[in-house]
Amino acid sequence: MVTGILDYIWLVPALPLLGVLLNGAIALFCERPLLLAEAAHGDEGHGHGDAHGGHHAPAPYRKLVAFIGPAVVGAAFVVSVLAVLALAARPAHDRFFVQVLFPWIQAGGFSAPAALQLDPLSSVMILVVTGVGFLIHVYSAGYMSHEKAFARYFVYLNLFTFAMLTLVLGSNYLVMFVGWEGVGLCSYLLIGYWYEKKSASDAGKKAFIVNRIGDFGFMLGVFLIFWTFGTVNYTEVFAKVPLLSANGVLTTEIATAITLLLFVGAIGKSAQIPLYVWLPDAMEGPTPVSALIHAATMVTAGVYMVARSSSLFLLSPVSMGVVATVGAATAIFSATIGITQNDIKRVLAYSTVSQLGYMFLACGVGAFTAGIFHLMTHAFFKALLFLGSGSVIHALSGEQDMRKMGSLKKHLPITFTTMFIATLAIAGIPGLSGFFSKDEILWKAFSSEHGHIALWAVAALAAGITAFYMFRLVFLTFFGESRMEPEVEKHVHESPYSMTVPLMLLAVLSVVGGWIGIPEVLKGHNYFEEWLAPVFAQGAAGGHGAAGAHGAAHHPVALELGLMAGSVAVALCGIGLAYYLYRVRTNKPKEIAEAVPGLYDVVLNKYYVDEIYDFLFVRRIVNGSIVLWQAFDAAFIDGIVNGIAAAVRGAGDGVRRLQTGVVGNYAFSLLLGAVLLVGYILTR
Amino acid sequence: MTPIAIDASAMMQGLYCILPEILIVATALFVLFVDLILPEENRRILCGVSIIGVALSLFTVFAMGPGKISGFSGAVVHDGLGAFFEIVILSACALTLLMATGYSEWEGTHKGEFYSLLLLSTSGMMFMAKGTDLMTIFLGLETLSIPIYVLVGFHRHRMSSVEGALKYFLLGAFASGFLLYGIALMYAATGTTKIAQMVPMLYDARLAASPVFLAGVGLLLVGFAFKVSLVPFHMWTPDAYEGAPTVVTAFMSAAVKAAAFAALIRVLLLTLGGLQPVLWKVLWVLSVLTMTVGNLSALVQNNVKRMLAYSSIAHAGYILVGMVSGDVLGGQASLFYLLVYAFMNIGAFGVVMLIAQKEDEGYDIDNLAGIGFKYPALAGLLTLFLVSLGGIPPTAGFVGKFYLFSAAIKHGYIWLAVIGVLNSAASIYYYLRIVVYMYFLPAKGEVPVPRPPRIAFSLALCASASVVLVLGIVPSSVLEFAERSVLSLLM
Repeated sequence: MVTGILDYIWLVPALPLLGVLLNGAIALFCERPLLLAEAAHGDEGHGHGDAHGGHHAPAPYRKLVAFIGPAVVGAAFVVSVLAVLALAARPAHDRFFVQVLFPWIQAGGFSAPAALQLDPLSSVMILVVTGVGFLIHVYSAGYMSHEKAFARYFVYLNLFTFAMLTLVLGSNYLVMFVGWEGVGLCSYLLIGYWYEKKSASDAGKKAFIVNRIGDFGFMLGVFLIFWTFGTVNYTEVFAKVPLLSANGVLTTEIATAITLLLFVGAIGKSAQIPLYVWLPDAMEGPTPVSALIHAATMVTAGVYMVARSSSLFLLSPVSMGVVATVGAATAIFSATIGITQNDIKRVLAYSTVSQLGYMFLACGVGAFTAGIFHLMTHAFFKALLFLGSGSVIHALSGEQDMRKMGSLKKHLPITFTTMFIATLAIAGIPGLSGFFSKDEILWKAFSSEHGHIALWAVAALAAGITAFYMFRLVFLTFFGESRMEPEVEKHVHESPYSMTVPLMLLAVLSVVGGWIGIPEVLKGHNYFEEWLAPVFAQGAAGGHGAAGAHGAAHHPVALELGLMAGSVAVALCGIGLAYYLYRVRTNKPKEIAEAVPGLYDVVLNKYYVDEIYDFLFVRRIVNGSIVLWQAFDAAFIDGIVNGIAAAVRGAGDGVRRLQTGVVGNYAFSLLLGAVLLVGYILTR
Repeated sequence: MTPIAIDASAMMQGLYCILPEILIVATALFVLFVDLILPEENRRILCGVSIIGVALSLFTVFAMGPGKISGFSGAVVHDGLGAFFEIVILSACALTLLMATGYSEWEGTHKGEFYSLLLLSTSGMMFMAKGTDLMTIFLGLETLSIPIYVLVGFHRHRMSSVEGALKYFLLGAFASGFLLYGIALMYAATGTTKIAQMVPMLYDARLAASPVFLAGVGLLLVGFAFKVSLVPFHMWTPDAYEGAPTVVTAFMSAAVKAAAFAALIRVLLLTLGGLQPVLWKVLWVLSVLTMTVGNLSALVQNNVKRMLAYSSIAHAGYILVGMVSGDVLGGQASLFYLLVYAFMNIGAFGVVMLIAQKEDEGYDIDNLAGIGFKYPALAGLLTLFLVSLGGIPPTAGFVGKFYLFSAAIKHGYIWLAVIGVLNSAASIYYYLRIVVYMYFLPAKGEVPVPRPPRIAFSLALCASASVVLVLGIVPSSVLEFAERSVLSLLM
């Protein structure tokens, strides 16, 4: 009876798709006529700040939308839980289920079916996507209630959930690519939701352009996999790894090429150096979108993809090194930017980039389990932080600048308490979820055979900086004197239950979420690692010996405990420094900024990376293609036209002269091409 | 002199072989005749008659099945490849007819001969797809071209239309000369114009190295390259496409390209057994040049019609990728892509036609700003077509491109695939630029009101959209059909 539920796994992506259809119909037939009528009556021109429009009497269809949107995702969550339980009831080696929906692409012995694959890795992902996704949908129903295009918003959000579930449930790289492009599309649509705002539509475009680079790498990687393995289905590819590497088809160079190309895709989607620039700008979208797409789910797709391909990555020490280095560098680089930002959402955005760096660091040192573990805990506490910041912004009528906040603790008790818990979690305070997952990564960065003490040091330092900027955020927002505009201060209010209940649930998860992966050294039991072991064990067996769990056995327990204590101490130092600078000596930060003006400005301006990219690439490419086009279609013709036109001038009237001139040159190009082509064939 | 004996049964078989073409020509003549006696306000009937003719012809193609029927001593053949392309060409013709009446009435150029010209051109294309004799292919090419020259210049009141027609005509005549000269040289070297008789001779190394023959092949290739607008034989394309009535542009970009590729695929696949080592580098270079120049030029266009013209050049380059390897998988990929391309490109032109108010001025990209949320159905359709042109899943364009590039990879043309994927990634910028304009940019002034489409027009758009989506999700049956068609050629 219990296993029967696995046959209904297709419901997991299908339910959000149903939501898209229903809400889409409502958006088209109920909402659009209203919006058009309103536009015809003249827009009263309300500002498009976060969540603040005029207060209209709610139309009846809105209640239906607010029900359907979250309900379909909630139902998908229920199905996911049941399916995962059914999977867990099986013996560990048999926890694998594939459902072929229909043959999709088939030709010449090659086949990529539209199929879903449920295994320990994808089950973690669907639980996170539907679980956290459901809470964010509920929150959105409250947060977006003043928006005019309410149904349209839920269409996009449900569509995103559908695409994300396709991405993680697909049983081959092509289905993953379908989801990959789908989440990208929804992301641009939702970033540009307030498209009248120029910065929003610019941000949408930027995300789009940067992601093209990543997609190019991903697609080439998939083609190279196809060329090497003759298939793109996960099970077939990974099963062939030992055989093909034994008979020399799959050399280390090819493995390196494949994995680096895939990693380019991951860098784009998961916002790592050098393609991270789009994520901070993506904060122009509504805050629940930032929580769902740009913190909890979509941006982790790259981590999922790397973990999914673990047996390929393990074949290439070079790729592992690149992944770990990029991850560690991104972790510390964006953490330093986080210190200087004043927009509450931008701090969280850079923090997300930094935390994603941790996940890649974990993958790069072979600790894929730890990476996925951190992916999960991060989804809890970062979604909570974003939703909390949304609650703050909501209370302050759209204000996002932390310099205009302060003393909100007494006004927003629930928001404060929950956000404070999330902050403790991300800072790595022992006992909370973030501590266990981050500590696992730090330990593996040090102890794994792919690891290095330098990676540990960088990651530990970044952990300290994380604690610092997060407590800076909390102190600036909730403590101290009020720096609010008087007009804003009058209206400060705690958010409605539809928003605070998701916060409380996420707070609980941020605390207990890590308890399923307590390391042995703390007398706990790592259930999470045990659960994922079947997925990553085959990778380890096919690669260069066992990485991860077994590496730890060579090191003394004291060392592990010592490093753990060290990283906690670094985090406490960060908190202490933040307390000193933002609670005790509140004018000190300004003095420091003035003492090192050059450095401060560089960091405040995000190391001028945007400006450098614009100078190096954007303008060059635009100018380059104009030049090329002119060379081919304009200059080439004009140049020769002038000569010929001069020769035939006087032979006829103006129009004919122009016509024959141009056509003559077209014909000349044709002739030249023909001469070259035939000439090549003959003289070859 | 002995009287020529007419073999009645062979004659009947020949006529049966070209039955779909006969139906189209008969409809064209009927329409031309009825136009003379019909009062002006009832011209719309002509469109209906034409559509019935096309539907009958399409039905005949299906009824004749995939079996091989040869006619007129091997000058034409009805086989899988011919049937596949007849379906593509007739579908393109049907979609064009569905859009044509509304369009012509808006433009005030509703004339009966439009339909007969369109049908005559279609019959030429079908002969080209079925020709197994180089002379048949040449005649088909001329039959398709001459009505198209007239159709491009159909808007006599617009300078750009007349100019485009003249340029296309002059250069087309020039290119036909190359083609014919190539055929003559091949005849000189082999003593035949029948492809089937040439093929076994190619295993003779002396012929395969003979300069006369090779020059003939090269010139033949130039002739085809002109019709499918491969760089550097593409110069006419933007001008002719921009000047032509948009409905004709849509037809040309899909059907003319399909017909010319049909003949090219037939010649290349049959002869490549002997010639592949000579030709693959040429095809490789042509393909890379065409993709790259087409896409880079499209990147900087602000006129949507011209942008789509350059995009259609780039697509000829993608389709050629499938032919570099010269095997079944590649041919199959090219066939599939040509079918998909016909639907998505005509669809895209169709929506743009509705949004643009007026020829020449209406196609500026600024005109699209603000359309997105105001006219969600139209904008959604255009987005779908553009996404498919850009090769993003889950549309048919993605499946098609995936096949083309994986065929290249399978045969070790890795760099060709890399350049193809890079081009495809670059092309997404200009396709999605239109989407950005529609959804993310506020209109300057009033949002233009699109023309309200007739039922026939909406039908054409919905049909195209469903093909693009359905073939993106369940492409297997059409892919198998394409595979059988290519195999039927080699058997």
